[in-house]
Amino acid sequence: MTQHVTITINGQPFEADIESRLLLVHFIREVANLTGTHIGCDTTSCGACTVLVNGTPAKSCTLFAVQADGAEISTVEGLEQGGKLHPIQEGFFEEHGLQCGFCTPGMMMTSVAFLKDHPNPTDEEIRRAISGNLCRCTGYVNIVKSIQYAAKKMRDDQAAPTPAPAVTEAEAVR
Amino acid sequence: MSTDAAAIGGMGRSIKRKEDARFLRGKGRYIDDFKLPGMVYMDIVRSPYAHATIKSIDATKALALPGVLAVITGKDLDAAGLAWMPTLMSDKQMVLPVDRVVYQAQEVAAVIATERYIAADGVALVEVDYEPLPPVIDPFKALEPDSPLVRPDRDQKTNHIWHWEAGDAARTDQIFQSADVVVKQDLYIPRIHVCSIETCGCVASFDKVEGKLTIYMTTQAPHAIRTVYSLVTGIPEHKIRIVSPDIGGGFGGKVPVYPGYVIASVASITTGLPVKWIEDRSENLQADSFARDYHISAELAAKSDGTMQALRVKTLADHGAFDAAANPSKFPAGLYSIITGSYTLEAAHVEVDGVYTNKPPGGVAYRCSFRVTEAVHTIERMVDTLAQKLQLDPADVRMKNFIPPDAFPYKSATGWEYDSGNYPAALQKAMDKIDYAGLRREQAEKRARGELMGIGISTFTEIVGAGPSHTFDILGIKMFDSCEIRVHPTGSAIVRIGVQTQGQGHETTFAQIVAEELGLPVDNITVEHGDTDTAPYGLGTYASRSTPTAGAATAVASRKIREKAKKIAGHLLEVSPDDVEWVDYKFQVKGVPGRSVTMKDIAFAAYTNFPQDVEAGLEAVDYYDPPNLTFPFGAYICVVDIDRGTGAVKIRRFVAVDDCGNIINPMIVDGQIHGGLTMGMAPALFEAITYDEDGNIQQSNFMDYLLPTAMETPVWETDKTVTPSPHHPFGAKGVGESATVGAPPAIANAVVDALSHLGVTHLDIPITPWKVYAILEAHGVAEG
Amino acid sequence: MIPDNFTYFAPNSLPEVWDLLRQHEGDAKILAGGQSLIPLMKLRLASPAYLIDLRNVPGLTTLEEHDGSLVIGAMVRESHLEQSPLIQARYLGIYEASSVVADPLVRNFATVGGNVAHADPANDHPAMLLAMGAHITAQSPRGTRTMSLDDFLVDTMETALRPDEVLTDIRVPRPLPHTGSAYIKLERKVGDYAIAAVGTMITLDGGVCSRAGIGLTNVGPTAIRARQAEAYLVGKQPDEATVREAARLAAAAAEPVTDLHGPAEYKRSVLRTLTARALRLAVQRAQGGGGQ
Repeated sequence: MTQHVTITINGQPFEADIESRLLLVHFIREVANLTGTHIGCDTTSCGACTVLVNGTPAKSCTLFAVQADGAEISTVEGLEQGGKLHPIQEGFFEEHGLQCGFCTPGMMMTSVAFLKDHPNPTDEEIRRAISGNLCRCTGYVNIVKSIQYAAKKMRDDQAAPTPAPAVTEAEAVR
Repeated sequence: MSTDAAAIGGMGRSIKRKEDARFLRGKGRYIDDFKLPGMVYMDIVRSPYAHATIKSIDATKALALPGVLAVITGKDLDAAGLAWMPTLMSDKQMVLPVDRVVYQAQEVAAVIATERYIAADGVALVEVDYEPLPPVIDPFKALEPDSPLVRPDRDQKTNHIWHWEAGDAARTDQIFQSADVVVKQDLYIPRIHVCSIETCGCVASFDKVEGKLTIYMTTQAPHAIRTVYSLVTGIPEHKIRIVSPDIGGGFGGKVPVYPGYVIASVASITTGLPVKWIEDRSENLQADSFARDYHISAELAAKSDGTMQALRVKTLADHGAFDAAANPSKFPAGLYSIITGSYTLEAAHVEVDGVYTNKPPGGVAYRCSFRVTEAVHTIERMVDTLAQKLQLDPADVRMKNFIPPDAFPYKSATGWEYDSGNYPAALQKAMDKIDYAGLRREQAEKRARGELMGIGISTFTEIVGAGPSHTFDILGIKMFDSCEIRVHPTGSAIVRIGVQTQGQGHETTFAQIVAEELGLPVDNITVEHGDTDTAPYGLGTYASRSTPTAGAATAVASRKIREKAKKIAGHLLEVSPDDVEWVDYKFQVKGVPGRSVTMKDIAFAAYTNFPQDVEAGLEAVDYYDPPNLTFPFGAYICVVDIDRGTGAVKIRRFVAVDDCGNIINPMIVDGQIHGGLTMGMAPALFEAITYDEDGNIQQSNFMDYLLPTAMETPVWETDKTVTPSPHHPFGAKGVGESATVGAPPAIANAVVDALSHLGVTHLDIPITPWKVYAILEAHGVAEG
Repeated sequence: MIPDNFTYFAPNSLPEVWDLLRQHEGDAKILAGGQSLIPLMKLRLASPAYLIDLRNVPGLTTLEEHDGSLVIGAMVRESHLEQSPLIQARYLGIYEASSVVADPLVRNFATVGGNVAHADPANDHPAMLLAMGAHITAQSPRGTRTMSLDDFLVDTMETALRPDEVLTDIRVPRPLPHTGSAYIKLERKVGDYAIAAVGTMITLDGGVCSRAGIGLTNVGPTAIRARQAEAYLVGKQPDEATVREAARLAAAAAEPVTDLHGPAEYKRSVLRTLTARALRLAVQRAQGGGGQ
């Protein structure tokens, strides 16, 4: 009852023989050893495990790794490129969008996908977009500000782009 | 080196957080991230019954599963004298039961396996034969003479644990007898759950060669745990190392020693392998981290003009099957006697009786600074009840009864000496910010049209920073805290403290304290804590105590360094140290700003060019015994609108004015308030843990226990006043829990206020839509 | 948290799916979005020995109008439905139902087919689709079968799907002109199941209601069609008094139970409110002119 899978995470392929029941979040954390994606519940309620699967935010605790065979996953570890923080990371830093940090990777991955389709969101739209990600520390106020910060930075970067380096891995998987 | 304030990054500056570097990159080190060589996994078999005899445990099938290494039961622990352990309240608690379970989800056996998934399979294969016993669920019935005993192991054959009281019963009764007005109210503050997003867990690793036990643990109080471990296991304390790595939220839930930690430690000692144990959310929600559960009867005596005179409170505290709350030892009901609140009262009498029931241990100090949430909820509801009875505005009643600003330090009717406060200023600020008068006008207009809106006020006094050694200890260990600072030759420093962040930003704020005191840039200061091998002994972080105790120790240690530095400064400036003064983060010759040296200069000299009468090096340690607690306070005003068709309550606006004295980092304080307000709203509107008559928990996962998302959480509006603490080295108070304390009554008061014209005088939390709708229907104002 | 083990298949065609269903009859479950099934498996409330994933089976993700019907392929993700301009333009009730399923992350993977086939009375789509007169299509080696959603929903977690059948699409009649629909859900927080929810569809003909559909969520063993309320509305002008009476009749058709989502009688009361509000909204949209 094991299966061979190849799952690409942040541009790097990981091959393994795994049980069908292995949750994607455990594949990410324990086969690929990327522990930035966290587990906060067992009823698909908290979103701490959010990653991007082929660019779509997913609760990786509610997917089996076998379902992601051949897929491209983006996790928090892939946000920083060439030593430069992603605008969402910068936003959370500048606006104090995290305290204990446990929900933060999931929160940021949801936000990254959201901002791609909503580059100029209202606060209400942001709150709706992150309503599948629970935070116990921040009361969400600064998380909304962090995402707005990132949105603005991304709009400004778009308007006056700096000389582009190689396409980021995060973009390549969408 | 620049010594301007921006470069130093000291007190009062919203410095961005140093710890974010790793969290933003997914490089935090939480318990479940640890992977030690040879590590195995532990999972726990739990009782489905609230009360039962264990007839047998058959682990044969589990042990036959490839990968299962061991199954540990109570009998195994009993042989080593470890089936029971002491609690922080001098009760004892089963680690694993030998023959009886006393709450649903109680740990019954542990499976050790090579893989996480195999351990889970092993748990499903352990067969336990239970014989159910009648459970004790109602705390009032638990005190009846014919109630089954939850704890037959105790000498006293009763479910009554202890009785505690404070204040002056005789004087209080006397005032009540002749008072113009007496208002009475029963309140129930339900059991709730901490629900930090990270659950509890540990990796226990016993090194057979060194004879050393290292435990990475989700703990807010590593040193105290180490000492207790040593006393219980007999392993010498220098051979135990507790490490709190990054913790995904604590809020008080990660203070107690949970059976899982002890079982994992035993498993590691017996197998010689590192053992990881991490709870599922369902386990966490069913077995640990419970708080509140107070049944309260309160009475307030007053004059007919609204002057409050006396408060009388009786309380039944449902502690579950073990008194495993984390309170200072002389305070089984925590700091509940702060219940006289922000008001002058001639007298008060408070009684609490603790009782055992067949529920998991409760009474964790969940962001409440030891029962202050319960106390504040009571007094703030009573003030509104009085106002309603006398048809006075609740803001006016508060202003009339506030302890005046010039009365501090103020000795309360239950014996606390409040250090400082200015309640009228805070309330006025909140009222102005929210346009209180305008809201009352709007309410009158809306009422005339049949629309329901309410305004609720909460003006709370918190009591934090436990605490002075003359009164406070946990299991005998006094509640000082500590800081050790070492400055390196090239002017950077390492700071180690005895408290333990779980998101409060200590790596930044404590660096800011040292930056301020020593004039070294905050970026050049590293703060470490959580490793008992290196950090000085402290009592940990909970009850908003870090800034009041360890923060003070940090300032005092810094000042010891400055004292020594002054001598080196004199040496460098070639004047007597008495002719040197500390100005603008520099030592200068008195009155001669041009002739100065920085702490960086001093640091180098401390290793290369120090006077003969001082030692080399530049370091200090301080163990700070606070002379008193600190008393942060606030004024919160909440506006709600009620949907007459569904009873749903929506918070339209919430203004929070907080005073925590001098502020280290305003950005971080704001963040604490936002989070605390959300954690205060949750029990007011959403959260409660309930049990059916068989002791089955009704909310065993996040589908049933409702944590607010960004959609339910309002945009919190925060502001502040600053009333420094006169006894704290830099005038600061704690703040982490103020908002969880102040918010619930503001919301409850707002809903009652919305319905008060119908004759409603009280609503218990959580205020569910159906509670409200039933009232609307009963009064003929429900829509639909 | 950790499910029992199973054997996983991701076949490339419907015939392969049928073959696997036949081979492992009784021990196999279809995996669509997995957002209902996987949580059950993690709590070990479901432990199928075989999982048959539909993700590679072609032809199940249609979302288009065809021969007078909206065809929603069984594997259409909730988020796709929510973002579809077609749905937002003409099937507002379905859009509104989709937008309150669980939370935005779950909706990226949850499927409409799964939401219907799981037959949890707390799921949102069935009530709305009942109100819109939906039919389901089931395919097996024996051929294709269609039935009304009414007939499809048998009991809690039980449908009329036969063991060798796969639900392949759901069809909703294209709304006539002057049709409006709405879905209103009362939930305590995002991600919770409904305390109660109502889906309505109203068609107006010269200001008089010519067709009415009312579906109720989470107040009975299955989604409930409030037929008496529907019949009451037909032939009448949907004025306030009529709407209120229809709401009362709809609430009377419910079979709520007392649970963590509230007392039974509260749910019944709230149904009156929600039905009235959803009817008013549907009427308003119908009066707006378009089929919505």
